[in-house]
Amino acid sequence: MSTTTKRVPRFNGKRNRLARPELLAPAGNLEKLKFAVHYGADAVYIGGQQYGLRSNADNFSFEEMREGVEFAKKYGAKVFVATNIYAHNEDLEGIEQYLKNLQEAGIAAIIAADPIIIETAQRVAPNMEVHLSTQQSVLNWKTVQFWKEEGLPRVVLARETSFEEIQEIKNHVDIEIEAFIHGAMCSSFSGRCVLSNHFTDRDSNRGGCCQSCRWKYDLFLEGAPVNEEGEDPFTMGSKDLCMIEHIPDLIEVGIDSFKIEGRMKSIHYVASVVNAYRQAIDAYFDDPEHYELKQEWLDEINKAANRPLNTGFFLDVPGTEDHIYTAEEKPAPYDFAAVVHDYDESTQFATIEQRSHFTVGQEIEFVGPGGRFFKQTVSELTDLEGNKLDVARHPLQKLRIRTLKPVQPMDIMRKKIK
Amino acid sequence: MSYNPELLATAAHMDELEKLIDAGVTAIVVGEAKFASRLAGQFDLDMIKQATELAHSKKAKLYVSMNNLIDNATVDELPQYIQSIQSFGVDAIVYGDPAVLMAVKEHAPGMKLHWNAEMTSTNYATAEYWARRGATRFVMARELNMEQIVDTKQKSAIEIQVQVHGMTAIYHSKRSLVQSYAEHHQQRDRYAQLQQAAGLYLMENDRPDERFPIFEDEYGTHIMSSDDICMLENMHELLDARVDSFKVEGILKSVEYNVTAVKAYRAVIDAYLADPDNYEFDESQLEPIRELQDPGRELSFGFFFKEQVY
Repeated sequence: MSTTTKRVPRFNGKRNRLARPELLAPAGNLEKLKFAVHYGADAVYIGGQQYGLRSNADNFSFEEMREGVEFAKKYGAKVFVATNIYAHNEDLEGIEQYLKNLQEAGIAAIIAADPIIIETAQRVAPNMEVHLSTQQSVLNWKTVQFWKEEGLPRVVLARETSFEEIQEIKNHVDIEIEAFIHGAMCSSFSGRCVLSNHFTDRDSNRGGCCQSCRWKYDLFLEGAPVNEEGEDPFTMGSKDLCMIEHIPDLIEVGIDSFKIEGRMKSIHYVASVVNAYRQAIDAYFDDPEHYELKQEWLDEINKAANRPLNTGFFLDVPGTEDHIYTAEEKPAPYDFAAVVHDYDESTQFATIEQRSHFTVGQEIEFVGPGGRFFKQTVSELTDLEGNKLDVARHPLQKLRIRTLKPVQPMDIMRKKIK
Repeated sequence: MSYNPELLATAAHMDELEKLIDAGVTAIVVGEAKFASRLAGQFDLDMIKQATELAHSKKAKLYVSMNNLIDNATVDELPQYIQSIQSFGVDAIVYGDPAVLMAVKEHAPGMKLHWNAEMTSTNYATAEYWARRGATRFVMARELNMEQIVDTKQKSAIEIQVQVHGMTAIYHSKRSLVQSYAEHHQQRDRYAQLQQAAGLYLMENDRPDERFPIFEDEYGTHIMSSDDICMLENMHELLDARVDSFKVEGILKSVEYNVTAVKAYRAVIDAYLADPDNYEFDESQLEPIRELQDPGRELSFGFFFKEQVY
């Protein structure tokens, strides 16, 4: 990836939008929600205890949802809940009460795929918006029109739509369009994969996906394997989506909500990715004519990335270079080390909470919202009683560390892996 | 009203269509790649016209599958295609994407609609949702079990269709995964053969007995189940439940195999209907299917008797 100096607009004749798109981030639990909002998300989406597609994520109780909504409100941010399963008969009992509870908890919208969940929500929780999930794999304007006529204010498009197709949809239908701009991708059309059901009896469309698409397979032709010992086997596994280099196109084509994938991802991941996109979007609106991609944003994203990145279907249908055939390498050797709780200006020591092992002498970085950033090495480290330490061993242990510059609560400390 | 369920099959070409009707199906589903995926064969509009006439002359119904996820480019072509189909007297259109439903309501009102969103057609209430918008039949996802099927039939006014035989679609990607894989190994000659090759299948290391057919078309990559559903010996449970339509899926199978399967289901359904109270399955009725069954593919109960977790 490289920075561009002169930008040629993709959508000639289209005026620049006046409204900022929403930056929508995932939050696997309450703590992640707080970080996503603090680092600049306009809205977060979470999972409840039922009807969501991440049965392995922490997921929110109604009490936690209320707390999340309260926290988000202070930043002017909204909270959405994914209720995006395809229900089976036995799942339908209790759905009305569940949706009412979401509305009472202050949830702004649900993201739903199954029409019966959509219709039920409209009936029993009319103050809550319903957004159509990407699980419906909407590719065309006519289907978007259908859902608009069904009363939905927003459609999340299939990840398979290109810039040109999104533009055509926007030209035909006046409705909010949400699109994934970052994160892991199903290599299939969303919802059109039951590999997990067949391999492990886990229902992928009710949250049981075991990621069989990332397993390795032998491909047989006329009864004999095509790949020999030592050759990369077949896989459907895709690289992850990253559209940070195309912010002006995303804005100018008229996407209303920029969605980041990853309810299972770490605080470090969510904060870093949100931080980068927040800055890029704001920079564009500060001065669209002179917008330039900044290397720092790319660095932030790469330091949090789990897999190699690509541009999904926005520019072209993915090809051979967009799949992961060889052993995965972590693109950048950085990891989440600690969270800042407090900073004492007089001593220049920060109180932090350990999230992974680090030692005195190790190279670290502090990152905060809006691009605050500096590097240092760990020089002075103590426990809360002031005992000197050489190493931070214990997860969640509170420690004091001398920092080169002032830091703020919820700043993130990451370490370079040796 | 007396119960006389439909026996439905796919057809790869006109000759198979005729043979299957003669073997006992009462409905056939066909289509073409522009609007439908995972077809047994290709039927363009002229062939659909001819197929409709042939089927009707033999008292069978003819359905046209339009089960694709529709893209912008195809939206404009829907009205004319649907109007042509209606003018031929086709008995129903099979749809998954709401764009097809909208086009039918606008351009061919009265045309029957079968809702088939593949693995995402999973409950009776959603089927009723689509019924309120014009659907007349619910094609149930293949990942549902017997209990759910029976429960759905009891709770639904809409027709219920269940696949009882053959392979199922388990994965659809817009990506050309075989081609991408071949290009990854482009320096090696034998990968070049993968382009356009038939008979490809995938095998996972820990499951050496399971072969998953994989093929590409202009809409991407499709992976199919490693087993063939065969519900012949449990048909009475589905017949007791008054399921409206039983489908024999014939994709990637020979005409001989499909005709044999259809004859077996016809015989079982007829025997049951003749005397439901004293009906007993005759094990020998499975033999002709077993004889033609690919030894690399298990005859299974699909998800009919499975408990899934999530």
